[in-house]
Amino acid sequence: MNDQTKIDQDRAERTEKLQGMGCKRKRVEDIRFTQGKGSYVDDLKLPGMLFGDFVRSPHAHARIKSIDTSRAKALPGVIAVLTAADLKPLGLHYMPTLAGDVQAVLAEEKVLFQNQEVAFVIAEDRYIASDATELVDVEYEALPCIVDPFKSMLPDAPILREDIQDKMTGAHGPRKHPNHIFEWMIGDKEATDAVFANADVTIKEMLVDHRTHPSPLETCQSVASFDKVKGELTLWGTFQAPHVIRTVVSLISGLPEHKIHVIAPDIGGGFGNKVGAYAGYVCSVVGSIVLGVPVKWVEDRMENLSTTSFARDYHMTTELAATKEGKIQAMRVHVLADHGAFDACADPSKWPAGFMNICTGSYDIPVAHLAVDGVYTNKASGGVAYRCSFRVTEAVFAIERAVEVLAQKLGMDAAELRIKNFIKAEQFPYQSALGWEYDSGDYHTAMKKAMDTIGYKELREEQAKKREAFKRGETRELMGIGISFFTEIVGAGPAKNCDILGIAMFDSAEIRIHPTGSVIARMGTKSQGQGHETTYAQIIATEIGIPADDIMIEEGNTDTAPYGLGTYGSRSTPVAGAATAVAARKIKAKAQMIAAHMLEVHEGDLEWDVDRFRVKGLPEKFKTMKEIAWAAYNSPPPNMEPGLEAVNYYEPPNMTYPFGAYFCVMDIDVDTGVAKTRRFYALDDCGTRINPMIIEGQVHGGLTEAFACAMGQEIRYDEQGNVMGASFMDFFLPTAVETPNWETDHTVTPSPHHPIGAKGVGESPHVGGVPCFSNAVNDAYAFLGAGHIQMPHDAWRLWKVGEKLGLHASA
Amino acid sequence: MIPGTFDYYRPQTVDDAVGLLSKLGEEASVLAGGHSLIPLMKTRFASPHHLVDLSGIGDLKGISVEGDDIVIGAMTTQFELIASEELERHIPIIAETSRLIADPQIRYKGTFGGNVANGDPGNDMPAVMMCLGASYSVSGPDGNRDIAARDFYQGAYFTALEHGEILTAVRIPIPAPGHGSAYEKLKRKVGDYATAAAAVVITMAGGTCTSASIGLTNVSETPLWASDAAALLVGSSLDKASVDAAVAAAEAITNPASDMRGPAEYRTKMAGIMVRRALERAKSRAKG
Repeated sequence: MNDQTKIDQDRAERTEKLQGMGCKRKRVEDIRFTQGKGSYVDDLKLPGMLFGDFVRSPHAHARIKSIDTSRAKALPGVIAVLTAADLKPLGLHYMPTLAGDVQAVLAEEKVLFQNQEVAFVIAEDRYIASDATELVDVEYEALPCIVDPFKSMLPDAPILREDIQDKMTGAHGPRKHPNHIFEWMIGDKEATDAVFANADVTIKEMLVDHRTHPSPLETCQSVASFDKVKGELTLWGTFQAPHVIRTVVSLISGLPEHKIHVIAPDIGGGFGNKVGAYAGYVCSVVGSIVLGVPVKWVEDRMENLSTTSFARDYHMTTELAATKEGKIQAMRVHVLADHGAFDACADPSKWPAGFMNICTGSYDIPVAHLAVDGVYTNKASGGVAYRCSFRVTEAVFAIERAVEVLAQKLGMDAAELRIKNFIKAEQFPYQSALGWEYDSGDYHTAMKKAMDTIGYKELREEQAKKREAFKRGETRELMGIGISFFTEIVGAGPAKNCDILGIAMFDSAEIRIHPTGSVIARMGTKSQGQGHETTYAQIIATEIGIPADDIMIEEGNTDTAPYGLGTYGSRSTPVAGAATAVAARKIKAKAQMIAAHMLEVHEGDLEWDVDRFRVKGLPEKFKTMKEIAWAAYNSPPPNMEPGLEAVNYYEPPNMTYPFGAYFCVMDIDVDTGVAKTRRFYALDDCGTRINPMIIEGQVHGGLTEAFACAMGQEIRYDEQGNVMGASFMDFFLPTAVETPNWETDHTVTPSPHHPIGAKGVGESPHVGGVPCFSNAVNDAYAFLGAGHIQMPHDAWRLWKVGEKLGLHASA
Repeated sequence: MIPGTFDYYRPQTVDDAVGLLSKLGEEASVLAGGHSLIPLMKTRFASPHHLVDLSGIGDLKGISVEGDDIVIGAMTTQFELIASEELERHIPIIAETSRLIADPQIRYKGTFGGNVANGDPGNDMPAVMMCLGASYSVSGPDGNRDIAARDFYQGAYFTALEHGEILTAVRIPIPAPGHGSAYEKLKRKVGDYATAAAAVVITMAGGTCTSASIGLTNVSETPLWASDAAALLVGSSLDKASVDAAVAAAEAITNPASDMRGPAEYRTKMAGIMVRRALERAKSRAKG
């Protein structure tokens, strides 16, 4: 073995020992999760703790004539029953939403959706609380309700929000109708209209991204404990953004922020459902402040599905204009957005429709216009980003369905049409027609790799044969090939355009190296299952050369973690991951000075080597990071303060733009409408890959939720505003049996502005997956002249498609 | 998802259980595996004041061959039905159906008796029992009696069982050797109740169908025995015309609810498709 080989081998061994970026490090949190030893909000038991439960409205829209709590209060074990009348003197019967609206904590004069919170019973145990909710007598006068958002702004529509009916200017400008929330527009309308007027080919389709729900396995819950002596409130809860919750609690309660301790323990999934503030949180806080003992609130499954934030409900009239050769020239979209009874979207404040303006997708579309009208209906409020950045699933669904509709009209292959219109690698950074600057991408390479791997040409040939066989009556199965090539926008975001309640959307990391060379690091984000304890440690390991196993990551305690905006919209890696790298580099810079002092050389004479600084040209003269850490506390250079720690608040210069090429092969039984996914291939490009195993897990999870949304998951209402199927009996949560097998792949196009080039991946598979499944279904029926088929594609709806096409006569 | 208050009893004999039910009156419910009753209690659609748990009564468990019949104790679990060699040999449709009920965890607790007795039209075993011509042994304050499965179901959650009576066992005549059977169930996901399902038992001789019986699950307020449909098959070779006629006759007796599984028209058509597919499979399995 020659010397160089030895050196390389030694370096490789030391690198492996670090378990840094790029390695498939096993998730450290799984040690407790797989043993059932996680610690969730509902695991918390405090002395004297009471339990709260809600009285909820059976009506979608009704006036409250009276509330009589006397029978409930008489039940032994009931401590208190709160109504709006109790909260109003405190100014807490309404709370601010993240979207600039207010939301009723407990209904005062009217209820506006079924299961809305009307009273909060506090009792000695969960059972008594539940019994007592049945003893609160509420007299309602039912009112006509609005379920269909297209009826919200009719002249004779019942006015839903009497509390703001005279306020004809909302948080996002003028309102056209008492049930109108906002109109938001972007792009060049005149230029877009002009292109459409003269285009060779245009398509127009109403694409509905139906209402569904993030449905994390752990529902929303909180425990509030107010110390009357110290005047301090401790609030444990299912918070994706604990610091934001602390600020909101301070603003609405009047308690000074330093006397509020918000703690998010282990969280069992969030997917956007746990970003906002809910009535249950407020009522547990008020209950504890009033009673001076801890109050716990735990949502049940039906409450979670029917009251806390839903997702989607976007009705998107989507148009494309193109040349007859298939070059897309313009895009025009109008969205009718159903926000339910209150505008409780969890978007950055200036973005009432989130980042819907990413809807030009992966294509070089010269001009576009987008208009969004938000309206109130008698449904639960929300509109959160369900495993996606703000409204990005909706945007990608619009463009990825629209290009397929266009391909069909042009008689072109849908993959070919996409390739023809892709933004080219040399066009990055790319300015989109609707205002974004895409950081990096290489779409052609990704698409080619995907098509070659899946065997696209052969699949189309097989499909052609199957279609002929179907026409001849030899098979009752239809084969569909779904494609989606998505571009996401994640990592909110730059202060110039992203804030929540006025707080810029930076994020943070604080890293402390202990004298013995182990590390604790804290971030402003909060994992809900993403594996932050594993991946942040890998970033630090690579940056400063300390093994990941010696690095503890802590999040969720606002007393100890630096302020951050939390985890949603795939922002942890792009923002807090960047903060982590930058903080680590500060430490490394100080370590270099210490090493230079120890080795009695000039800083510039040192070079970094995996886990140590060594003297250039003298590799045997080095100091490891561990040695440097000890010296930092015991013998720092003169005039240098001791210690080795750093903090960084990172404000990203731009968003990141992950992308991917997805393909789905589906076989549909026309006689039952049952669709089977034969193959699903997902190529993701999330830039630098921190932990390939975690990425793969994220892709599996996101695809499974995409499969659910496209193929059956929905929150449906009947005409009276009754929420249908708000339990796991009906709400489609796929099990391992239904979930297709996932084939994953990747390319790597680092983000040029991110310190480690990473873009975020947790939500890509959901964003890309939904249109891919829907395109596969649509493609299966396309040759029969089906037209656009709306989601969700559950069996009975697909059977109806076949029925309409007359496919069942021969069964 | 929080049930109301109740008292819990765990008698050791059928007599004790019957006595308890008489004493406790209308507010008492019998608890078997609990997989239908407990969700109803958690959603407060049922709020029994007393629960009489039958799991302590050893006599209610077991599978035995008695002459030309197989007798299955009411507290036998779905898992035990799947594991039974006697059943697999004589009446394979029972294990086949059990495998389509819920998921493995539930099948360890869920009982055969609970499935047939509680009157939920979504349960799978009732249609199979009607198809097989089973009879239910019942004990009550006035003694024991037998009720034919085909006479048992009166409406959703309404059965011929009087208050105070307990289903103790199910007696099933063993179908002719060489018979063919199948249970076809369309469901949205594992663990779901059927959108529609069909049980078919046929015998064939020289290519001709000599007997046929068809049961339908979850396409009416009660499970259905499609006797007219089955009659159309006897004497035929199960040719397309006969099968078409039987499918149409089966569809004609359905009266499903529109729910999240689909509108009524879909569920009716799916009942027909399930009958057709069950017949195909039963035919392929029949000897003769």
